[in-house]
Amino acid sequence: MSTVTTSTRSAPPARRRKDDTKLALMFIAPASVGLLVFLVWPLLTGIYYSFTEYTTLTPPEWVGLANYRQLLTDPIFWTSLRVTVLYVAINIAVQTAVALVIAVLMQRLTQSTILRSLVLAPFLVSNVVAAIVFLWILDTQLGIFNIFLQWIGFDPVSFWASETWVIPTVALVNVWRHMGYTALLLFAGLQSIPANLYEAARTDGAGEIAMFRRITIPLLRPILALVLIMTIIGSFQVFDTVSVTTQGGPADASRVLQMYIYQNAFAEYEFGYASALSVALLLILMIVTFTQYWMSNAGKSDLD
Amino acid sequence: MNSRNHHARTVTRTAVGSTLTRRRLLQGSAALAAGTVGVGALSACGGVSGPAGSTEIDYWLWDANQLPAYSAAIDRFMEQNPDVFVRVTQLGWDDYWTKLTASFVAEAGPDAFADHLARYPEFVKLGVIAPLDGLAPLDAISAGHFQDGLQELWTGQDGARYGIPKDYDTIAVMYDKAMLTEEGLTPEDLEGLDWNPEDGGTFEKMLARLSVDANGVHGDEEGFDPTNVARYGMAADAGIDYTGQTSWSPFALSTGWTFTDAETWGTHFNYDDERFAATMDWYFGLVDKGFFPPFGVFGDSSPTQTQVQSGKAALALTGSWMITTFNNMEGMELGIAPLPSGPVGTPISMFNGLGDSISEQSQHKEEAARLIAFLVSDEAQQIIGERAPFFPSTDVGTAAAIASYAESGLDVTPFTNRVENGETGLYPLVENSASIASIMQTAIDQCWMRQIDGADFASFNERVNALFE
Repeated sequence: MSTVTTSTRSAPPARRRKDDTKLALMFIAPASVGLLVFLVWPLLTGIYYSFTEYTTLTPPEWVGLANYRQLLTDPIFWTSLRVTVLYVAINIAVQTAVALVIAVLMQRLTQSTILRSLVLAPFLVSNVVAAIVFLWILDTQLGIFNIFLQWIGFDPVSFWASETWVIPTVALVNVWRHMGYTALLLFAGLQSIPANLYEAARTDGAGEIAMFRRITIPLLRPILALVLIMTIIGSFQVFDTVSVTTQGGPADASRVLQMYIYQNAFAEYEFGYASALSVALLLILMIVTFTQYWMSNAGKSDLD
Repeated sequence: MNSRNHHARTVTRTAVGSTLTRRRLLQGSAALAAGTVGVGALSACGGVSGPAGSTEIDYWLWDANQLPAYSAAIDRFMEQNPDVFVRVTQLGWDDYWTKLTASFVAEAGPDAFADHLARYPEFVKLGVIAPLDGLAPLDAISAGHFQDGLQELWTGQDGARYGIPKDYDTIAVMYDKAMLTEEGLTPEDLEGLDWNPEDGGTFEKMLARLSVDANGVHGDEEGFDPTNVARYGMAADAGIDYTGQTSWSPFALSTGWTFTDAETWGTHFNYDDERFAATMDWYFGLVDKGFFPPFGVFGDSSPTQTQVQSGKAALALTGSWMITTFNNMEGMELGIAPLPSGPVGTPISMFNGLGDSISEQSQHKEEAARLIAFLVSDEAQQIIGERAPFFPSTDVGTAAAIASYAESGLDVTPFTNRVENGETGLYPLVENSASIASIMQTAIDQCWMRQIDGADFASFNERVNALFE
């Protein structure tokens, strides 16, 4: 910069780039330190602990693959995996469908900012608060929803204590909380679809449903794929709702993987085994994500 | 652990630990605000420091109902020991154990703390609580100072003491006297009942008599509809765990069955015993008869005291730590009856007690030992017993508590008689309790949901016993 003349264009490009690198590193540093300290380091220690027997109060002891061998033959691990997958299936299917409808309605029907913000409101409530509120609403004895059911002539349902209902209940509570946020992401995707496509379609006499199927869905695909990847990862990690409502019961009906990990670590002091379970969850998520990315062609857009 | 469970269930909160039925109620915090005096109130807030030159020690407990009594005794201790300043911290049951573990890891734990039988074996294994032998003030206290068997519960497998018994609890039957009068019965009708796992004896007849369906038909009358019950004969805890402390254990223990192969530190569980299987079939079979709530009908929002108060259940098997809570329920007149006698000829109650432990990490073991020794002295036990919503561990404390209850018109001898007559079975003191709780929860929930039978517990028993191999 010391020899700046009128001909900035002719300054040696190598020097300039070098300067930029320093500046760039400075900008990246805070985030990188955070990433290393709070994500990479715990991840690596977690993987290390998965090969040890570790109670936190005594030093970890190397046991090789013993935790993983135990995991493969652990019936509760497989049950909790099945419960988790069921939860993800219900949660993602309902949430994506509802969010898509909300997003399209937001785009096609209303310009009202208030209405659009209102959709996001449940997301502003913390998971634990939402879970506790629904715990009371759906309570068998005192829950207002069950009182409503009785009023219209049905028997009360033990939403939290029935093996059939508990996972759908947890899944739908989380749909309620996350649908607005998911809708907002999809809404952003919808905004990127050129309005003239709809105008052209309408000129050709297409109805709303035809336009939704022929224009919205294909052009929304990259965003939809991204949203699915994000929500599925989040959904696999369900914990707080289960922890404050059922703690995994009745029997093992809502013992999701994260709950089982938590119980191993903080109730039984089996941090080594809990780490192995966490690594297993990490591997499952990686496989799911890469498969999904590859299958949905998320990197390409039909708009080009 | 209360269960924990498993324990918030209709919301069954049965998860590990939460169901431990000594989870105390938040309700106590009101009593706390009203009843705490002097330093106790201040020190409960934490962050208070003592006068210059004094040694500060931290004492933790979870029971809000016990806080006023212990604060009063600790105030007296500080008067007599001006060189020691005690900071008292009270936390709810669930947070208590999480915070305790975290503070041990961070080496910032309390010097002395209230401990539970389901937890301390793990602490011994992890080496975080100190053996108490060799600490002068405690060496002077012999096991004979306490109710029989209490010190035994706090003695490790190595023969060392890891806790000084601070209180004890037993089980009895609580009910609303007004309900009984309405049914044309008297409190005497609830005494001297007998029970057996085959036909349930006169106790089951009483449950039938007190059950009412939605049409007002009683359980012992023709046409009773067990699927549409307005009042169940017996109340149900939100979650029932592997100890069955206030649910099935009085029945199982009264058949002569024992949890393990030894009084304490057993390494082989007997959940595959015929007597246990028969008890489970009878106990959860009451669901089919309409005398006991099906799984999930009452959750954490409707604990047994609420079921009895609102007339949705007639009799509640509960622990002595609940006397005050039941007695404070609006609109009911508390009656206490003894447990029914079982096949062994007498009632048998589970016998459990909390203890005070000292942290291995503490820099002030000597001062902490002086504190917990003082808490079981006759002087402190008198102070505690007078204010106690529970039974202190020594004869002096127990006598003071009985007298204090009698003053408020409550006869608590159905609880204390079990200990006096030796009609008790110890709380299962074993290693691996968290894992056992987790395994057995599935079995008990399934049996309550009427999916498995008592005989099916054998396979779960194998898994439990495998933990000890």
